[in-house]
Amino acid sequence: MSRARPGRDDSPDRLYTVTGGRTRAGSDAFDVVTLVVSESDPVPGMQSEHAAILRMCRFPTAVVEVAAGLGLPVSITRILLADLHDTGRISARHPRPSYRLPDHDILEQVLVGLRSL
Amino acid sequence: MDSVASDISDVSDVPDVSEAAESSHRQTLRSTADNGLKIVIVGGFGVGKTTLVRSVSEIRPLNTEETMTQAGEHIDDTGGVAAKKATTVAFDFGRISLDARNVLYLFGAPGQERFWFLWDRLFAGTLGAVVLVDTRRLSDSWYAVDRLEHHGTPFVVACNDFGGPAHTPDQIREALDLADEVPLVFCDARSRESGKQVLISLVEHLRTLVTSAPRSIPQPIPQTVPEPML
Repeated sequence: MSRARPGRDDSPDRLYTVTGGRTRAGSDAFDVVTLVVSESDPVPGMQSEHAAILRMCRFPTAVVEVAAGLGLPVSITRILLADLHDTGRISARHPRPSYRLPDHDILEQVLVGLRSL
Repeated sequence: MDSVASDISDVSDVPDVSEAAESSHRQTLRSTADNGLKIVIVGGFGVGKTTLVRSVSEIRPLNTEETMTQAGEHIDDTGGVAAKKATTVAFDFGRISLDARNVLYLFGAPGQERFWFLWDRLFAGTLGAVVLVDTRRLSDSWYAVDRLEHHGTPFVVACNDFGGPAHTPDQIREALDLADEVPLVFCDARSRESGKQVLISLVEHLRTLVTSAPRSIPQPIPQTVPEPML
């Protein structure tokens, strides 16, 4: 793969422009493995990153996959996702709440899935 | 026209076969996927993290990064002002669809110091971690083992076979100062079957911990989230 790592070589100006100068998402609700699903199609005039997210998330797609697809850092991606979520253009399937130790039933499901690989 | 309404199977439990085939072809998840899970593979440079991710992942590993600032505690030698320190961590990840709803994401993360600033932001709620070690360079893994213990993250140690001099498990345990209950396994990160066994050993370890844990009301892990940098 010859593609440069996202973000690192971008000018800060680009990242500033993409988010309209915002540095934080409205909430930290988007985990790196929150699954994002488009609820609408891109419309003309939409910011290109927003349109790209809507095309990417026709099937469930994790926040890190969106970040990798956009070539943007995770924190910037979260801000863009919050925009779309606030306007109802995407829905978010958050991971089950995490406690110090994971749920026994989930672990059993993971084991079954791994053993059948 | 054929009636499509006759197909009333409950897609929340059994995804449509044609959709599963299509999503496999497209490398997209099934529409029923709703629970993302995380396992983090930590290790030094060149130890085989990406190789391990690739061997078990259903997608070619992708790469992304996170960038943050930390209010610097050190004083700049020349200016005498506290510097803001940018922390950028790049990481690879892969994916395994476990069933109709659960999707496991595997993150290959560098073990060096700056990475741990971002642990809570990226990997809070992880099921657990695999510390991947090269037995020729065991000291590279000291810091990772120490930080995982500090964070209370369950982990296993997996020795990637580089054909170096054989060490006994006891020698490795002693060199890493591993607690007895931490599983130590040997693997070939290039092998899908071997990588799969590493993940299974971690999840079996987690199950043992959950089963033996005293019954108590679970508390969410407190998170301290540093400010993202633009």
